[in-house]
Amino acid sequence: MRDLGKDIALTARDAGLVACTRCQRVWPMAEDRCDRCGARLASRDTGSLSRVWAWWCVGVMAYIPANLWPMLVTRTLMSESEDTIVGGVIELMHHDAVGIAIVILVASVGIPVAKFIAIAYLALSVRRVTLLSAHRRQQLYEIVEYIGRWSMIDVFVVAILSALVQLNVVASVNPGPASLAFALSVIFTMLSAQAFDPRMIWDRIEESARSEGGEARPA
Amino acid sequence: MLPDPAELIACPTCDALYRARQPAAGERAVCERCHTVLIAPRARAGMSIIMLSLATLILVAGAINFPFLRISRAGFGNDASILDTALAFTEGPLQLLSLAVLALIVLIPATRALLTLYVLTPVVMDRSPWRGAAQAFRLSEALRPWSMAEIFSIGCAVALVKVADLANLTFGPAFWMFCVLTVVVVVQDQWMDRWSVWASLDREAAT
Repeated sequence: MRDLGKDIALTARDAGLVACTRCQRVWPMAEDRCDRCGARLASRDTGSLSRVWAWWCVGVMAYIPANLWPMLVTRTLMSESEDTIVGGVIELMHHDAVGIAIVILVASVGIPVAKFIAIAYLALSVRRVTLLSAHRRQQLYEIVEYIGRWSMIDVFVVAILSALVQLNVVASVNPGPASLAFALSVIFTMLSAQAFDPRMIWDRIEESARSEGGEARPA
Repeated sequence: MLPDPAELIACPTCDALYRARQPAAGERAVCERCHTVLIAPRARAGMSIIMLSLATLILVAGAINFPFLRISRAGFGNDASILDTALAFTEGPLQLLSLAVLALIVLIPATRALLTLYVLTPVVMDRSPWRGAAQAFRLSEALRPWSMAEIFSIGCAVALVKVADLANLTFGPAFWMFCVLTVVVVVQDQWMDRWSVWASLDREAAT
């Protein structure tokens, strides 16, 4: 683990200080509320992992009905059809709208599933030795934080279609119950990612350095 | 011996501690190990951000009031405003979703613009901050991931392609206003430097 040397930093915690994650102001460890912005201070958020897992579980649970229930109910002159997320994608493929089908497939299936896996991996990797370096896990966390919101796109598409396509008997589109389940799943997963304290990714670098008997550290 | 904590800055991502100082023009301060951007000031950003916030409010008001989209086919037509779109979920528990969508695409972007005006106007005019400016700025930052105007506009694009071969589409002024709104919101987020705002709130409060 010699190559970790350059990544050892003097952290606020090691200096006996606590940083406000909202406004980045630094306070003595004894303070429990940031005097500048009023946010609660915690050197390491001890409840972080429990909250990550709690939101993660409800997020996964909401994602199941989101895929089983219909997302859109379409009525035309002859027929009435109920489409699930995947069903809608297949429908689009049949209509030769492959580009849009891929956008929907990535936003509503690919990203949510990848996000569940990524958050679970990050939370598990806090406590054990991992293949990915802290830098890679940090990048993974940033991607999850950035991309999570974009899953909401499918809910907005359903909203626009339902408001717009109301042509009496010719055609009408109405939202199905999966839209609520899907929106909840996206929101819960965003809360799960926000509950994760990324400082935990970096802590083990200092801890392993300390157990190796104190290498030279930059100040 | 450590200096006064007020002169330090800790990386919010990896907790590395640095001595904070104003970067030279055009430079940014980046955390050495996790590469999180800590300080990225822009010249005259305050005034620009205020203008963009005002633009946001005007565009939101306009986008709500003007027609958004219209489709027609076989003698039947239908208009949808932004509000109709947000409130499209009308059945039972789906109404909750209407509230959420309304908040995500209209209320939260507008609230963030108002909070930003409240925080930055006195700073730019070299006055002492208005009461509760720090809390207002913290709230505005906390709301940032929940402001989804730009995602809604990509959703528009997807929905329009889906409808295009089903019926004739007409774009109302609100559609174009929302497109501009998306750009304004994104640019404003790029220009906002949290450290500079906090530093100026501190400085103005001290005088």
